Amino acid sequence: MATEILMPALSPTMEEGTLAKWMVKEGDTISSGDILAEIETDKATMEFEAVDEGIMGKILIAEGTEGVKVNTAIAVMLEEGESADDIAAPAPTATPAAAPATVPATAKAPVQATSDASPDWPEGTKMRAATVREALNEAMAEEMTRDDTVFLMGEEVAEYQGAYKISQGLLDKFGSKRVIDTPITEHGFTGIAVGAAFGGLRPIVEFMTFNFAMQAIDHIINSAAKTLYMSGGQMGAPMVFRGANGAAARVGAQHSQDYAAWYMQVPGLKVVMPYSAADAKGLLKTAIRDPNPVIFLENEILYGRSFELPEVDDFTIPFGKAKIERSGDDVTIVSFGIGMQYALEAADKLAEDGINAEVINLRSLRPMDMPTILASVQKTNRCVTVEEGWPQGSVGSWIASEIMQKAFDYLDAPVITCTGKDVPMPYAANLEKLALVTTDEVIAAVKQVTYK
Amino acid sequence: MATKKAPAKAKSNVSAEELLGHYREMLLIRRFEEKAGQLYGMGLIGGFCHLYIGQEAVVVGLEAATKEGDKRVTSYRDHGHMLACGMDPKGVMAELTGREGGYSAGKGGSMHMFSAEKHFYGGHGIVAAQVPIGAGLAFSDKYKGNDNVTFAYFGDGAANQGQVYEAYNMAELWDLPVIFVIENNQYAMGTSMKRSTKSPSLWERGAAYGIPGEAVDGMDVLKVKEAGEKAVAHCRAGKGPYILEVNTYRYRGHSMSDPAKYRTREEVQKMREERDPIEAVRQMLLTGKHATEDDLKAIDKDIKATVNESAEFAKQSPEPALEELWTDIYAPEVPQETV
Repeated sequence: MATEILMPALSPTMEEGTLAKWMVKEGDTISSGDILAEIETDKATMEFEAVDEGIMGKILIAEGTEGVKVNTAIAVMLEEGESADDIAAPAPTATPAAAPATVPATAKAPVQATSDASPDWPEGTKMRAATVREALNEAMAEEMTRDDTVFLMGEEVAEYQGAYKISQGLLDKFGSKRVIDTPITEHGFTGIAVGAAFGGLRPIVEFMTFNFAMQAIDHIINSAAKTLYMSGGQMGAPMVFRGANGAAARVGAQHSQDYAAWYMQVPGLKVVMPYSAADAKGLLKTAIRDPNPVIFLENEILYGRSFELPEVDDFTIPFGKAKIERSGDDVTIVSFGIGMQYALEAADKLAEDGINAEVINLRSLRPMDMPTILASVQKTNRCVTVEEGWPQGSVGSWIASEIMQKAFDYLDAPVITCTGKDVPMPYAANLEKLALVTTDEVIAAVKQVTYK
Repeated sequence: MATKKAPAKAKSNVSAEELLGHYREMLLIRRFEEKAGQLYGMGLIGGFCHLYIGQEAVVVGLEAATKEGDKRVTSYRDHGHMLACGMDPKGVMAELTGREGGYSAGKGGSMHMFSAEKHFYGGHGIVAAQVPIGAGLAFSDKYKGNDNVTFAYFGDGAANQGQVYEAYNMAELWDLPVIFVIENNQYAMGTSMKRSTKSPSLWERGAAYGIPGEAVDGMDVLKVKEAGEKAVAHCRAGKGPYILEVNTYRYRGHSMSDPAKYRTREEVQKMREERDPIEAVRQMLLTGKHATEDDLKAIDKDIKATVNESAEFAKQSPEPALEELWTDIYAPEVPQETV
């Protein structure tokens, strides 16, 4: 049967080209792989190879013709025994079955859930003191007992008992098959962890700090976060990436970055940042059970702090549920992680001045409990966000943008975002204090939005 | 087309049936890729499209050494690997055209297809990312205590990536059952081996980590199979990883938008005429009287029909519904089989 040869698209963006030169003539026998013509695009001159075999029947577009649109018939090939007179009417060009003419305005984004103000544990629950470190250790031990596909890998997590002793005792409890010391190869071991997750296990990857996770960030984003989507729902990465994030004490610029805003931006990841020991335990258990890749941002300074932990069997905290740590009517202060330290200190001091702040501990950055924030702003009409990370593109800037768009009429003042300063972290003690966000700055911001 | 070399005799331990099977599988890949190239030229396939034409013997030979449960992972030049492990040509072609009938429901494209059922773990767009992922798949099988192995395929270009060596180190350290397959087609996009390293023996780089390996003639499907069997035996015995540097060649450019000015037409033609892997098996079948011209013509016809069917399916399958923009971002439960 005679087949038409169409002008090919030789690059993803090519729409037309020049048929520069024919390398065959009518009557020639064509074999697979023979060059039919040279085609010039704006980028290069490319050779057009024959796929089908046959005889060149008729050349429709002359050599040198410019502006030949992609899919225009340029020649007709014949099978053995046919002649040029057998050329049939052109076959209809195949078009996609459904071609959307415009950007999908009708495909709506999923609607966010409403605010959940229920307490994390029932009233009257017995409490005990525990450090954040102990809480994280308990969470991992409980989950590793519950599910033997869960394992921990990272530098110094096994024999050293953890660089920050978070995994203390886990090697003795679970053995070296499940608590694994890695060589110093974040890029490689993170890739291995993703492969293990694809293969049906549930890895917990400990980064000594998230500064070193930058070596591995390609696997976190491209191999873990995006794969469920790219595979149409077939293959995901059920895993947790955890470790110390943000500033410690005078460890300098390369060891002090706060990655909350970076990871929070990526669809496919879940991002949580606990403050208290209860947050840490409840969220880590949820993270380990979550079938998605979770970024679990801890803080070295908080590891040793003691908080009250509820004595509840199998204690978990769901993602996307903020906690109102302190109720108030005058201003909403939103924070997360170590930022809560400044937020709560500021709230105490402000109370002495008669300003009652409502302090929200987000705990979950993605998904973020925006309904709770909005409900609070509707009540207080003012908002200040607090974080240690850098200002340009901060978590607070997203919150401010959402409040502006969804609760503009409720605002009596602009939202102020208190952040770390726009500088690499300095070493000198006095400069470091200044580089981080301070309680005084939060107080000043609140006074500004309350016009006091 | 007559070959310029005398056709090799089939080894006595290969059956005619097996040889015919190799012929059929390689031909399916060859015709499928040619069709994909055509559809790309017609604008039905967009973005990136990297064809496997010329390299067919590599994946077909190695797949012949596998058993059920074994895993495979590769780069973006993945259509051949998918067909060779038994994925449906219709599902692959429809993913190339971005339709809902595609393996990734139209949301992945050429470089991002997966099949939990056939233990095919992608399709990866970041050069060499698949190498530690492959080691991780092997890790999961060792953890579970079975004797599955993983084939982690990558190219000569990927072989210069740091994470490959990180994966080598840990694979050997932990005795992971992974076969690192370097498909050396001599060019990393437009950069020849000579221009990218002074250390061209890629399989020998494993020695620094204690990993054994060898070089293989990738245009000879039986040699590839033999090397694959050796590697598989090593891994299944719990001896750790193995490296196969399989020397092969791609007839087309790196991708559909590559004018391939970095090599001569003569070099490509010479390979096609003297070393074509499919032609070699064809000659073996005819000379050894394991099949007649008519038998082979029948196979050709059958393959053409399969490929045309997949192209038709790929053209008819509708684009994904608009709501699909917002789905599959988060899993409500673990998506892949955990067995």
